Amino acid sequence: MMEPHSAPTPKKYSKKPKYSKFSQQELPAWKPILTPGWVISTFTVVGIVFIPVGLASLFSSESVEEAAIRYDDKCLNEIHAQNAVAFIKNDMTNKTCTTSWTVERKMQGPIFIYYQLDNYYQNHRRYVKSRNDKQLVNPASEGDTTNCYPQDKTNGSMPIVPCGLIAWSLFNDTYKFWVNTKSLTVNKKDISWGSDRSHKFGSKVYPKNFQLGGLVGGAKLDENIPLNQQEDLIVWMRTAALPSFRKLYGKIETNLEVNDLVEIVIENNYNTYEFGGNKRLILSTATWIGGKNPFLGMAYLFVGGVSLLCAIVFILLYVIKPRPLGDPSYLSWNKNPGILK
Amino acid sequence: MLDVKLRRLFTLLSNVLGIGIESVLVNLSKGHAVESFPLLKEGQGQGQGQGQEQGQGTPMDSHRRSHSNSLLPFEICENSKPHHHHHHHHHHRSRSRFKSGQFDDGFYVHEANARSVYINDPKRTNENYEFTGNEIRTSSYTLLTFLPKNLFIQFHRVAYLYFLAIAALNQLPPLAVFGRTASLFPLLFVLCVTAIKDGYEDWRKHRSDRFENNRDCLVLQEHGNFRPKKWNRIQAGDVVKISADEMIPADIVLLGTSDQSGIAYIQTMNLDGESNLKTRFARQETVTAVTSESCGVTGVIRCEKPNRNIYEFAANMEFNGNKIPLNQSNIVLRGCVLKNTDWLIGVVVCAGQETKAMLNSAAAPPKRSKLEIYMNRETGWLSIFLFVMCSAVALGTAVWLVRHKQQLETLPYYRKTYLNLGPHFGQVYRYYGIPMEILFSFLSSVIVFQIMIPISLYITMELVRVGQSYFMVEDMDMHDSSCGLRFQCRSFNINEDLGQIRYIFSDKTGTLTENKMEFRKASVFGKNYGSSMPVPPAVKSKRRWKLKSEIPIDYDLMTLLQKEEDPSSEERVAAHDFFITLTACNTVIPVVNGSKPSKEDDGVVSIDYQGESPDEQALVSAASAYGYTLFERTSGHVVVDKNGEKIRLEVLGMHEFDSVRKRMSVVIRFPDNAVKVLVKGADTSMLSILANDKDSVWHATQTHLNEYSLEGLRTLVLASRDLSEEELEAWQSAYAEASTALYDRAIKLRHAASLIECKLKLLGATGIEDRLQEGVPDTIECLRQAGIKVWVLTGDKQETAISIGVSCKLLTPDMHKIIINANSEAHCRDLLVQAKARYGVRPSGKGQGNGKCKTIADLGKEEEEDTAPMALIIDGTSLLFDLATACRVVICCRVAPLQKAGIVNLIKSRTDDMTLAIGDGANDVSMIQMADVGVGICGQEGRQAVMASDFAMGQFRFLRKLLLVHGHWNYQRLGYLVLYNFYRNAVFVFMLFWYILCSAFSTTSALTEWSCVLYSVIYTSIPTVIVGVMDKDLSQKTLLQYPKLYGAGHRQEAYNIRLFWLTMIDTLWQSLVVFLIPVLTYQNSSIDIWSLGSLWTIAIVILVTVHLAMDVNGWILIMHVAVWGSIFITYGCLIVLDSIPLLPNYWTIYHLACSPTYWITILLVTVVALLPRFACKVASQILWPSDIQIAREVEAISKEHGDW
Repeated sequence: MMEPHSAPTPKKYSKKPKYSKFSQQELPAWKPILTPGWVISTFTVVGIVFIPVGLASLFSSESVEEAAIRYDDKCLNEIHAQNAVAFIKNDMTNKTCTTSWTVERKMQGPIFIYYQLDNYYQNHRRYVKSRNDKQLVNPASEGDTTNCYPQDKTNGSMPIVPCGLIAWSLFNDTYKFWVNTKSLTVNKKDISWGSDRSHKFGSKVYPKNFQLGGLVGGAKLDENIPLNQQEDLIVWMRTAALPSFRKLYGKIETNLEVNDLVEIVIENNYNTYEFGGNKRLILSTATWIGGKNPFLGMAYLFVGGVSLLCAIVFILLYVIKPRPLGDPSYLSWNKNPGILK
Repeated sequence: MLDVKLRRLFTLLSNVLGIGIESVLVNLSKGHAVESFPLLKEGQGQGQGQGQEQGQGTPMDSHRRSHSNSLLPFEICENSKPHHHHHHHHHHRSRSRFKSGQFDDGFYVHEANARSVYINDPKRTNENYEFTGNEIRTSSYTLLTFLPKNLFIQFHRVAYLYFLAIAALNQLPPLAVFGRTASLFPLLFVLCVTAIKDGYEDWRKHRSDRFENNRDCLVLQEHGNFRPKKWNRIQAGDVVKISADEMIPADIVLLGTSDQSGIAYIQTMNLDGESNLKTRFARQETVTAVTSESCGVTGVIRCEKPNRNIYEFAANMEFNGNKIPLNQSNIVLRGCVLKNTDWLIGVVVCAGQETKAMLNSAAAPPKRSKLEIYMNRETGWLSIFLFVMCSAVALGTAVWLVRHKQQLETLPYYRKTYLNLGPHFGQVYRYYGIPMEILFSFLSSVIVFQIMIPISLYITMELVRVGQSYFMVEDMDMHDSSCGLRFQCRSFNINEDLGQIRYIFSDKTGTLTENKMEFRKASVFGKNYGSSMPVPPAVKSKRRWKLKSEIPIDYDLMTLLQKEEDPSSEERVAAHDFFITLTACNTVIPVVNGSKPSKEDDGVVSIDYQGESPDEQALVSAASAYGYTLFERTSGHVVVDKNGEKIRLEVLGMHEFDSVRKRMSVVIRFPDNAVKVLVKGADTSMLSILANDKDSVWHATQTHLNEYSLEGLRTLVLASRDLSEEELEAWQSAYAEASTALYDRAIKLRHAASLIECKLKLLGATGIEDRLQEGVPDTIECLRQAGIKVWVLTGDKQETAISIGVSCKLLTPDMHKIIINANSEAHCRDLLVQAKARYGVRPSGKGQGNGKCKTIADLGKEEEEDTAPMALIIDGTSLLFDLATACRVVICCRVAPLQKAGIVNLIKSRTDDMTLAIGDGANDVSMIQMADVGVGICGQEGRQAVMASDFAMGQFRFLRKLLLVHGHWNYQRLGYLVLYNFYRNAVFVFMLFWYILCSAFSTTSALTEWSCVLYSVIYTSIPTVIVGVMDKDLSQKTLLQYPKLYGAGHRQEAYNIRLFWLTMIDTLWQSLVVFLIPVLTYQNSSIDIWSLGSLWTIAIVILVTVHLAMDVNGWILIMHVAVWGSIFITYGCLIVLDSIPLLPNYWTIYHLACSPTYWITILLVTVVALLPRFACKVASQILWPSDIQIAREVEAISKEHGDW
């Protein structure tokens, strides 16, 4: 209300503002107007770009050969099917199972072998956090089992390396392949990210006290191999984004010809029966788009089509209901001259 | 009616705002304070008394008058009320304040409560350390207290508490969704930004405090002479000496001045905004003990406790064994400036924070913008969304947990129990039972979805408003070059309100007009002078006085005055008396500058007239131009320089202006011993006491007065009479008795005045022009076209108000004018009801204030439409909302300051429309504070209005650019900003929500915690701010050319609830697209959570950025940098985050970027998400183009043609 510092204040504001295009908000501006030309060409360009991309993606996706074999049910005989959980938990039972598959179209190597788990929430918050990155890379931090609960220490309070639920639940089914009774080599090198091997998993960190507890979650690790060479573990620990996921098991470097009979011997060890998770084995080639997935191609084609349709609709609209740009008769005060407002 | 309202308002003001009664009186201090007091005390409206103004018909153009007879019922002429003059009022009031104080001699301060100040003995005065020193501190912090105090103050905001609560929740182990540092980051960021801002502001306050505290002042030292001392070292009890034009450092009691009689002139502009000089007196007892170099006064002053009432002071002084009473007229307050007095010496009684100026420097409560209020309503909706989503997650958790109850121990991704035979064997790990898990799931989803409530929006808005304010302040078109004043933004919270103003309440004097009075016309002895005639330079040659402003001289009048022959003709004598009256009958003090005539000026001395009334100053200056220069004025005599001949006039007595008589008179003894009474007053009060009743001069003068009034001039009538010895004696005895009377002094003086103020000889009349400010008519016209209703609230009389209304294009010939004059509430109601019936105004409910006015056919002959605009000219209390809001223009005459606020409040409380009040004087303060937006004009009347305002500027015409251009831009920008922020945060939260549905409701976020936190702080914030500050939908040229574009703000086009819901539907679609497309693309792949999260992060950032880019109206380089730069910044951040091996997402982006799928997915997301929006935008622009759209097209077309 009152100004105790009045003497300096009038001076403060008395400086004349300096002219600049910036301060006067007069900078040259590009003011895009949605003219019919702009609108139609935008839609057309989207259409023209999207349809070829869609076709290319679709074509590429179609050229991928993929075979998916669900085996979690197949590998249970009728007796065990009644009590799958007990069967899978029992160390004594023979879990080997064999299945075969005939190649329908030629598969160009390398052929990627994936296993796919469904209804497996690898993205559960408890699970995702249950690891310790320091311990994995640094031998000096092997005692650091923070965040690894409830899979952090053994009964002797010894730290588990690698600790945590993710490592504990390591997938332990194995596959062996025979093509026309000839054994196929599965290359399990380089199935994980090189960056993980070099920086996230230490070359001097060896598994310790792993899977010694009362409840065994999955695979055991060879204590003589450093973690950065345990590629199955590395792959597994890159947790999946969605509850249904694939993980790379290995690669077959040779081609598979049409009508080749592939025999697969599966060690069905991993317990997904308890929570109704499915297990699949996938053999797939790859192209620039990745695996077999027509979605992108279809979506691109669809959006491109819709765009072109929009272009046509707007052409029609401009023809049927033309509105000259800047027509003042559309101004609100010209439409309703009576309004006093 | 209004009175009740006003009383309520007053109570409200004093109770709610915690402002004491005195500060309201401060607001009243200009103009009508005296009249307002009965209003407050008895609820009797001054308006009732003043509403008796004679309605003289409509002084509009004559052809309207021809048929305006039919309007007569509304121009009812009541008993005539004496003419009343604004400035005289004011003058009278300030005088009477001092005078009345002198009768308070009986007032003694209660000893127990008193402050004892020992004159010139600061040590003894301060030995109890009960008084503060003179150091002032307006800053809130010191280096030490800054952190805790600032934090404490910041956490008063609800938003910050929300932040804090979220961060605290996140620290609980079962809820730790984000890492601890990441979750604190947004809060710390916001706190830091605000702290830096507060710190900077406080540093500036420190600086100005230091400046104040380090000023020098002469203080009487122990060895008896005056030495300079810093202001902050001054203590109560110090004797200080102030020289002319110096500021008073503390509240001091006057002991003596350079004037023998102990008078000091001070300017109180910093205190109450009044620019005129006021007189203060040293007590006669002490004056003699003080010389310019010493002060021999010792004694004790006992005064009241420090308080904020600047109009009262009670104390007494023990001096030489006498108890001398002291009052308001003996104290000079801190912040005042000494004028026209060489020095004053006084003793400090209150210093520093205890001074009245400091006690009064409390800030007005901050206003909140309408947009922000709506925004908060929509924030409520967002909270509901948040609640629903969290409940959905909680419910999902419940269902999931119940269904998997048996498996929880062994489920590889849950494992609630330790089963490894370790030290915790059998213990449960982070599982608290299903009910608690559900609760935790709810709380942790609150943490994940926290940015649904866009806290960052408050910071963004503040930044954007600061940017907008920068552009307003820097605008050269709003810089008043004549007095070098910049536009000022005093409030940063209501920029966007400027784009939605529906009502403007304007003061007249000083706001529409310049408040520089100029003598325009004179009617001398029935003859009109002042038609602008070129003045032959020869006539001017005899003048020896240089005045501040040049006054055009009428040649005929000049010749009449200088006519040598026939000096005793009646006309010649009347002209002489006319100018003597102008010169002598006033209270103006001449200040002669440069007593040594310099050679170049050829002996010309410049005279500056100081007075409380600008009208009187104008009259005296005018008289000087005609050769009658007021040269000296003391209480006993006046020296007039008549063309070089000095005439000493003895002043026998003076009857000052009062509101009852409405005239002023002086009794003068001329050198030839003739005694005359010279009277000057309002026409209504003067014409009845003239001797030459109804003769030709009377008639001519009357006609001239009407003409002047119609031209918008302020009129005064001058008259004189020779007094015979008997009359003089009779008067002198009455006057002497009245002057010394203790009781009923005013009545006795009035009686004495009536003895001589009768049978006067009419000398003539003056017309003073208060010129309209530059560009006012155009501005008002423009604002009216913009759909803004302009109301003028003025203290002037009706005719003047109407003529000003006409001259500033407020009233136009095609308007119906309804004039309501009533002296009683019932009568007023009748008039209003009649007017309503006649013009078919329906009673309008809330928000319907813009109803059409239908005029009855026989009235509307000249009107082409039945919706012809009407103008309502309202007097005093006769104000009715329905009628007033149905009119385009309302002029309220004779409005008191609080009534102004009452009128504003009436509109504000009964409609949803935004109001703006603009004024320049202290009398406008209440109105400015009441209105949604208060604009102060830095004019002649000080800075009080400016101090109370939200925006301050130099000229009324800047309002046009302020509202039509800046207001429009601010509103459009901020409206879009709010919607966009809602969208930006909601789309992100929705996306997280969809993902959580795919993670067994476990509130996992695929995005890294840092990306979640940085999303709204870094990834998307910069373009938001830049576009919010700089985007321009239309050029200012277009906006000024088509004022009706302002209607976009009235129709709330940039932000309304419909837009909010549309935005939310769009948000839902976009979030589904951005979530589903990557999911479907990668559904049968080995993608990991961090890769998908990284894809989502970049996809959503690109999406919201392109969304923004699609809505940018005018691309300038910096926007390109900001918009596209923010995508690069996001990539940069991702690359940095993905290069830290310890984070789980290490190297993700490098892997992704190698695959073409990643890129075409992003493209697909962006296009699919925005396609519907784009199509809808195009379709609506084709089918239902907005005004702004059309104007944009016009702009583009004319640019093409090169005529822009």
